Amino acid sequence: MKHSITFKKQLSEAVYMIKVRAPLIAEGRKAGQFVMVMIDEDFGERIPLTIADADVAEGTITLIFQIVGQTTQEMSKLNVGDALAVVVGPLGTPTHIKKFGKVVCVGGGIGIAPLHPIAQALAKAGNEVTTIIGARDKSLIILEEEMQSIANNFIVCTDDGSAGRKGLVTEPLEEICKQDKPDMVIAIGPPIMMKFCALTTKPYNVKTLVSLNSIMVDGTGMCGGCRVDIGDQVKFVCVDGPEFDGHLVNWDNMIARLNAFKPCESNCRMHKAADKKAEEYK
Amino acid sequence: MSYICPQDLNVKAKEVFADLNNKQDSLKAKERMQIPLQEMPVLEPKQRGTNQEEVAIGFTKEQAMVEAMRCIQCKNKPCIKGCPVGLKIPDFICKIAEGDFQAAADIIQQDSLLPAICGRVCPQENQCQLYCTVGKSLKDIDKAVGIGRLERFVADWQRKNKTAVIPTIAKETGKKIAVIGSGPAGLVVSADCRRAGHDVTLFEAFHKLGGVMRYGIPEFRLPNDIVDYEIANLDKMGVKIVKNFVVGKTRTIEQLKSIDGFDAIFIGTGAGLPIFMGIEGENLIGVFAANEYLTRANLMRAYDTEHADTPMFKSKKVAVLGGGNVAMDASRMALRLGAEEVNVIYRRTIAEMPARKEEVAHAQEEGVNFLELQNVKRILGDKDSKVRALEIVCYELGEPDNSGRRRPVEIKNSEFEIEMDTVIVAIGNGSNPLVTQTTPKLKTDKRGNVIVDEAGATSIEGVFAGGDIVLGAATVILAMGEGRKAAKAINKYLKN
Repeated sequence: MKHSITFKKQLSEAVYMIKVRAPLIAEGRKAGQFVMVMIDEDFGERIPLTIADADVAEGTITLIFQIVGQTTQEMSKLNVGDALAVVVGPLGTPTHIKKFGKVVCVGGGIGIAPLHPIAQALAKAGNEVTTIIGARDKSLIILEEEMQSIANNFIVCTDDGSAGRKGLVTEPLEEICKQDKPDMVIAIGPPIMMKFCALTTKPYNVKTLVSLNSIMVDGTGMCGGCRVDIGDQVKFVCVDGPEFDGHLVNWDNMIARLNAFKPCESNCRMHKAADKKAEEYK
Repeated sequence: MSYICPQDLNVKAKEVFADLNNKQDSLKAKERMQIPLQEMPVLEPKQRGTNQEEVAIGFTKEQAMVEAMRCIQCKNKPCIKGCPVGLKIPDFICKIAEGDFQAAADIIQQDSLLPAICGRVCPQENQCQLYCTVGKSLKDIDKAVGIGRLERFVADWQRKNKTAVIPTIAKETGKKIAVIGSGPAGLVVSADCRRAGHDVTLFEAFHKLGGVMRYGIPEFRLPNDIVDYEIANLDKMGVKIVKNFVVGKTRTIEQLKSIDGFDAIFIGTGAGLPIFMGIEGENLIGVFAANEYLTRANLMRAYDTEHADTPMFKSKKVAVLGGGNVAMDASRMALRLGAEEVNVIYRRTIAEMPARKEEVAHAQEEGVNFLELQNVKRILGDKDSKVRALEIVCYELGEPDNSGRRRPVEIKNSEFEIEMDTVIVAIGNGSNPLVTQTTPKLKTDKRGNVIVDEAGATSIEGVFAGGDIVLGAATVILAMGEGRKAAKAINKYLKN
């Protein structure tokens, strides 16, 4: 299978959107699932990327990635007509989609990409969707139109106020919880953002899903590298997740584990990702 | 066992060979049993501990012939019964003794698809060699004929001399078979079903073939080139190979039947689910399942820091928990990746370890420490959530348990701390749930292993299973034996 790139667009300084041929994955994928990608079969690393969208007729899936390490750096240089060496999936447990009632979808930075198909599916299932997206500044807001088109209420936040409201996504989230308690919240973004979203909703007892992006090698439950504490249980993000109850996640351990390979000199994508995301959210 | 360099082993073998070669035909059983056992030549321990080169070098021609002469060609041939694929052991050994290596290779090929692999990683001391009459007569199982070493010699000779022939394929039947997983079980099923003329597609979730032989067993014990070579034969036979395809996710079993039109399916997805100890501190930074540690190093080639993108954790003091072959592989890999100190921690003593004696000896030679009668109670972290130390508790051996091994009993108040920065958990694997979770009709036991009948048929018609997904974590050769059985059943099923 040749995973040719059929479309490429730069969404912000370090964020790219590509469409890749993968007909079986396009057909089978559900909101919340991801693929493992490699750019070189011999020495490349396997990186998890959420499936942002799919076109069954065209046989393509949409991937959105941020340059954070060697693999994403090289991926950003590929053009239409080039191909990815490996795209395998769809992996992970799909989001449980049903009519909850009022749901709030919170997306931060690159996390808006995986949130998009979920918000789409929730809207389609008849939920009243409020969407809050945020980033450091205006240039880092991605998929604004797409997200707005599927939301009943739409709020943009930036740290510097260059777009929408000035401030963190947790502020409007708290207001909503206070004024008109939602039936469910789903938050996807940097771990620190998800942690604080979970902390925000907890006093209001609002079920809050988060999508974790742990370090993985195989993505099929084999290596155990992505394990997280969920309540008193150990779960694997790749097969049990990536979505979990945000109130049960041991955030400190989860965030610490993202830094596991930090002292290694090699190109460790994940730690750079975590750093950058944390930085972005500060 | 002290180290003897390969040259010296060969000089000795040549002397013995010169003495015996002319009187081979007249050798009596008693005389044969007096021929000195040929040791496997290996790389010098200190030198090999720094690289991924294969440790065991393999017999020379003379060593192989001398070792083959030790076989007394007994009538009962108990060794064959000990082999899961029923290799005609005395026959091929006889040909080696005669110096007719091609004939030996031809005999092996009738029953084994992967002799270069089996000769290297089979636990022969628990199988063919366990029953060897020579070993029994000498009252020492370690003195049995070196069947595995001889098998490897023949396979390597054949590979080097490029004399392998592609097995004949029966007339195309037009029946489609999907084989899931390219580990030892899947490879055997693919070959055996293809030989019967079926249209076989082999699916692999990873980007490289071989299953546990690729991601688990390290290069220094089983070189990837050998795995590649043995798999290339399948390709030549016309087996279709599809990598990066996760059955259960990319397609379910049901879809393979209904949409893709497969007439029969074999599940050989292995035991890829790491088991943890369930103790405090197991999620600290620096704690790895052996699966992750070895997959990074082997499949992702992280040992090659110059080329590989996948990072490897930098360790100084490593603790490996467990006493099986995986624990040996992980500890020896950690040494090769530059750890200053590697300690295998085991509740019983070395004598009770499930690892092969040879692997334990190799690890010891290379400088791995063995902390016997000890177990980890807690893993202690520092302020950055990194492993800092282990709390160890001591054991003594009590009465034998169901497995016949003496049960380890905790000694009260014997806890102490040792400094470590890395912990590798190698206490076993469960079955990978990806296929079973998405195939509700597939019956499994409480461990998640697929339930099959004697022939390897599952609860779903036309779906068969074998290898570790049925057995729980076992060995390459047992998986191959299971594959052979299942292939027979599949071929029979498709005839009806």
